Amino acid sequence: MPAEVVRVIPQKTRSTVLMVPALAWLTALMVVPCGLILALAFFRRGIYGGIEYTFTLENFALLLDPLYAGIFLTSARIAGLATLIAVVVGYAAAYAIAAAPRNRQPILLFFAILPFWSNYLIRTYAWIVLLNREGLITQGLRLLGYEGEPPSMLYTEGAVIVGLVYNYLPFVILACYAPLSRLNPELAEASSDLGASAFTTFRRVILPMTIPGIAAGAVFVFVLSIGNFITPALLGGGRFQMIGNLVYAQFLTANDWPFGAALSMALIAIMLGLLTLQAMVAEKTAGETREQSDG
Amino acid sequence: MAERSAASRRSLTAVLVLVLSFLYIPIAVLVALSFNEGGLPTVWTGISVKWYGALFSNRDILSAAFNTLIVALISTTIATVLGTLLALGIETRRRKGRALEALVFAPMIIPDIVLAIALLSFFSLLKFPMGLHTIILSHVVFNLAFVSAVVRAKLKSFDWSVTEASADLGASAVTTFRRVTLPLIAPAVIAGALLAFTLSVDEFIIAFFTSGAGRSSTTLPMQIFAMIRFGVTPEINALATLVMVVSVTALALSQRINKGIVAP
Repeated sequence: MPAEVVRVIPQKTRSTVLMVPALAWLTALMVVPCGLILALAFFRRGIYGGIEYTFTLENFALLLDPLYAGIFLTSARIAGLATLIAVVVGYAAAYAIAAAPRNRQPILLFFAILPFWSNYLIRTYAWIVLLNREGLITQGLRLLGYEGEPPSMLYTEGAVIVGLVYNYLPFVILACYAPLSRLNPELAEASSDLGASAFTTFRRVILPMTIPGIAAGAVFVFVLSIGNFITPALLGGGRFQMIGNLVYAQFLTANDWPFGAALSMALIAIMLGLLTLQAMVAEKTAGETREQSDG
Repeated sequence: MAERSAASRRSLTAVLVLVLSFLYIPIAVLVALSFNEGGLPTVWTGISVKWYGALFSNRDILSAAFNTLIVALISTTIATVLGTLLALGIETRRRKGRALEALVFAPMIIPDIVLAIALLSFFSLLKFPMGLHTIILSHVVFNLAFVSAVVRAKLKSFDWSVTEASADLGASAVTTFRRVTLPLIAPAVIAGALLAFTLSVDEFIIAFFTSGAGRSSTTLPMQIFAMIRFGVTPEINALATLVMVVSVTALALSQRINKGIVAP
C-alpha cells in the first residue's frame, strides 16, 4: 500500500484490520468447532456410531444417569481434593517467597514456576518412576528395613491426586504470590500494634486481601483437573474414569460423538460457572479494599 | 514484610525447601536414571550415555522429533505474526470490548480435551484429511493467544508518543511500524514466539486428536505417551531429559529477552 493511502485510513479501521487475521483464525478453528460440538450434543447417535440428525435431549438426560453422574462426582472429588491440597501448599510457598528478601524473590519465583514449563506427560511419567511397585519409594522403604509386599501406590486415586497437585502447584504459587507481594507491610504492622496476634492478623488482614489470588489458583486447578485426561490415564491406570477419559472414550472407542459432545458442554458449563464466581470474588475484594482505604 | 522472629523465618525457609524438593526430586530422579548404565530403575550400575545413543538410532523417535519440529516451527511462525498484529490492533483501539477479551482469552483456558474433540469433529465433518497440517492449524489457535498476551503486556507500558513523533516527521504507518514500533516491542515478540514454540513442542492432546490415523504424523509427545503405556524404560528417561532441556532452555531464553513473562 502506498504510504499516503495508509495515512488517510482512520486509526479505528487500522486497528480492526490488524485484528482480522487472528480473529478469523480463532473463529474458524475455535468458535465454529465449539459451536459444532454444542449442536452435536442435541443430535442422536446413529445405529452404527454415526450421527443421526434428529433433535434430542437424551444426551443431557444421560448425564444424570447414575453411572455417569457417579463419574462426575468421582471427578469432582478428585479435582476438589487436588485443588484443596494445591491451594494450601501453594499459598504457604507463595507466602514464604513473599517474605524472603526482595532481591531474592524473583529467582525463588522463577524456580517455583519453572517445572510448569516442562512437558506435562514427562512430569506425570516421573511419578510412575517413583510410585510403581518396584519404584524408588518402594526401594526407599526396603532400605529402611521394610520387608513386606511392595505397597500399591500407582493406579490409585491418591496417585492421581498427587499427580494433579504436582502438575498445577506452580500455577497456584504464582497466582497467590501476586497479591501477597503487593500487600502493604504497614497493614500487618498496624494490626499487630493494635494488639492482634499473628494468627488474627493473618486471618483478618492478610487472608481477605489475598482471596482473589487463591480464587484464581483454585479455579485453574479445579477446571484443569476435572477435565484432565492424561493423569488419570497414566497414574490411575484406567482403573477409574474421570470426565476427560469419558470424553476421550466417546470419541475414540465408544463412537458416541453426541454424548461426548454433551459431556464437553458440561465441562464448559462448569468452567464458565467457576470463572464467573472467581470474577465476583475479585470484584467484591476490590470493592472492600477501596472502602477500607477510603474509610 | 515486617520483622520476623527467628523461629518464623526458619519455618518459612522449611516450607520453601520442602516445596522445592517436592517439585524437583521427581525430575531429578528421572534425569539421574537416564544416565544409569544398567537401565534398571532399581540398581545403579554406573554412569553412561548409551540410552541417549539408543534414542538416535530409533527411527520412530527420530521421525516423531522431526514432525514435532515442523509443527512447532510453522505454527509458531504463523502465531507470532497473527498474535503480534492482534495485540497491536487491540491495544490501539480506544474502546475495549468484553466479547473480544473473552474470545482472545478463551484458547488459554478452554480444557484441551474439549478443543481437541471440537477440532476433530470439525475436520471430520468437513471431510478434511488430517495429518501434520491439521495439527499445525490447531496449534496456531492457542499459540496466537499466548503470543498476543505477551506482546500486549509489553504494549501496556508502550509510549505511543514516539509513533506520533515518527508520523509527524513524515514517516508512513508502515515505516513507523518497521523502524519504531517493531524494534521497541521485539523482545516481547521474540519471547512470545519462544513461549509458543515450547507450548507446541509439549502439546499432546490436541495433536493426538487432530493427527489423523496415519503413523506418519506422530509427534514426540504422542510417541512418549505410547512408550509410557508400556512402562518405565531407560529410553524414555533419556528422551524426557532431552525434551525438558529444550523446553527449559527456550523458556529461560525468553525470560532473559523479555523480563517477567514466567507467568502463564
